[in-house]
Amino acid sequence: MKIHEYQGKRILKSYGIPIQDGFVTDNNEDIESTIDRVAEEYNCNQFIVKAQIHAGGRGKGGGVKFCPDKSSAVKSANNILGMNLVTPQTGEAGQKVRKIYITKAFDISHEYYIAITLDRSKNQDVIMASTEGGMDIEKVAEETPEKIIKVWVDPIQGLHDDQIKTLADGLGFKDDLFSQVSDLFKKLYKCYIEKDTTMLEINPLVKTEDNNVVALDSKFNFDGNAMFRHPDVNDMEDPFEVDETELEAGKFNLNYIKLDGNVGCMVNGAGLAMATMDIIKLSGGEPANFLDVGGAASVDTVKNGFKIILKDPNVKAILINIFGGIVRCDRVAKGVVQAVQELNLDVPVVVRLEGTNAIEAKEILENSEVKIIPATTMQDAADKVVDAALN
Amino acid sequence: MSILVNKDTKVVVQGITGSEGTFHSEQMIEYGTNILAGVTPGKGGDTLLDNIPVYNSVKEARDNHNVNASIIFVPPRFAAGAMIESIEAGIELIICISEGIPIRDMVKVKHMLDNSNSRLIGPNCPGIITVDECKLGIMPGFICKKGNVGVISKSGTLTYEAIDQLVKNGLGQTTALGIGGDPIIGTDMIAALELFENDPETDGIVMIGEIGGQMENEAALWAKDNVTKPIVGFIAGQTAPPGRRMGHAGAIVSGGDETAEAKNKILAECGISVARSVAEIGNRMKESLTQKA
Repeated sequence: MKIHEYQGKRILKSYGIPIQDGFVTDNNEDIESTIDRVAEEYNCNQFIVKAQIHAGGRGKGGGVKFCPDKSSAVKSANNILGMNLVTPQTGEAGQKVRKIYITKAFDISHEYYIAITLDRSKNQDVIMASTEGGMDIEKVAEETPEKIIKVWVDPIQGLHDDQIKTLADGLGFKDDLFSQVSDLFKKLYKCYIEKDTTMLEINPLVKTEDNNVVALDSKFNFDGNAMFRHPDVNDMEDPFEVDETELEAGKFNLNYIKLDGNVGCMVNGAGLAMATMDIIKLSGGEPANFLDVGGAASVDTVKNGFKIILKDPNVKAILINIFGGIVRCDRVAKGVVQAVQELNLDVPVVVRLEGTNAIEAKEILENSEVKIIPATTMQDAADKVVDAALN
Repeated sequence: MSILVNKDTKVVVQGITGSEGTFHSEQMIEYGTNILAGVTPGKGGDTLLDNIPVYNSVKEARDNHNVNASIIFVPPRFAAGAMIESIEAGIELIICISEGIPIRDMVKVKHMLDNSNSRLIGPNCPGIITVDECKLGIMPGFICKKGNVGVISKSGTLTYEAIDQLVKNGLGQTTALGIGGDPIIGTDMIAALELFENDPETDGIVMIGEIGGQMENEAALWAKDNVTKPIVGFIAGQTAPPGRRMGHAGAIVSGGDETAEAKNKILAECGISVARSVAEIGNRMKESLTQKA
């Protein structure tokens, strides 16, 4: 789960981490008063206006502007709020800017990159730091990997002083700045652990002209499985950042991800669902979605699955691929027939049921009144559904 | 021979009184698994199913029945505690079926495992089955057939698909092992490959992975130098969009070599027979074993 920059900064602030702060507005009428509040609260007359969307690369798309005075800030804020922001990460469709964050501006002497994430290969958290802040860190990692300092944290012992020293020294900090940044690493790690974060990135962390270390941006990814421990964070989720159909599927306990193709699919199990999408593509079609209906493919689950898939007008045919284990295929078959009848479906539905009672299931499908195309193997199913989508 | 479990494995079920726990215990017993005890804190003293005694703790179950394996069906927020309880009771093999466990909890469990004599399979997995001997999991036992292929998979239903294809190609399995789709798991692909390499009854290995993480790549590089038996590999998620989590917590591409394409390339370079389509898994294993013979 992700949150906006301003929400992440509130969390950082609650851990005593210095941030470049300001105020948020979602209303054009409040822009001027918001700027006045920033000027008064943070004693400044220069501002940064920042679009609040989850995708990165906001600056490249024109969603972040430095404004040397109030009138330019008003102008930029009005331009950005409500704009459709296209960045390298939003895709061509872009994302509508519904909130802007107006912060104070100050002179920067250097930009750094710091992040904490889980290193899946080592089963430990890794803290990464680089003097090459503000840039695309993947590019830095590829071209000049020696410029990224990494320390791995023992989950029981926690972050050591000598590890903090490695990081702070590596970034070239001395004296008071060394203390500031050491303190920041300690707090950041604490925040990362306590909030069940899977990725916490500050890019850039800056050294100001007056020798302070400040977080200019914040990016959090949270562990969705741990949100029961953090209802406050869970409430920060912005529904506008989630696809409407995906949100609705979630209410049915279905795991759905929309794609661009025209062959819908409904599968039990995430791995088999991915493999089904892949074989549709390999057979000449384009998958319209990922949909894992879980273990128990009941009439209701299948019906809800159909409803979700058919919200996408591009869908020309649907493949149901269920490997019945504990769930008996004949029951699934009856469920599919009933769902097709009740929903009056007019798109072709190819059904492949394998596992317990698969033969009985095939008979049920073949003898039903509704238009269902039974299939045997995965290849057979993929061929039939791609064919149905084309015709 | 087989790996990890056989007809002599003595099992305790953690969370046996929950609906999933009871249902699957019954199924496992039907398959022939030796379930000797169950654990549900607060329900010690009860009996269940075929007179299986329920205890308050794994330690009590171990003391009374000398169990050497546990299988966990508890809600995700209590699962780490259940795993730790089994580690502390000295259970040799722990299978965790539960899905949705916080990563932070698993970091701790993994650390404890590294300093113990216990092995964990999962979490978020279908379990393990040694054909005709012992089923410790939720997979349909009847689809398996005794044979000479070992199956390792991150996904539940894809494991069943692979098993089914092997059988339809006239092959069978020694042991099939679902290692789980989470970012942190107990037994990884390298460990599973090593077990099958050392099992004299296993002649070939099917290894099913997916997008996200480096495990398949590391396993392929390891296999190149350490595995003499033919391996058929399949990576799910060629069509998965980058940055999206595809059902499994670990199935998300966050770097260049975590895509299906990149993994397939590395697997092939390491001498693994790569099935580009899921439908080729059974055929390829048959071909590999025929060539070998």
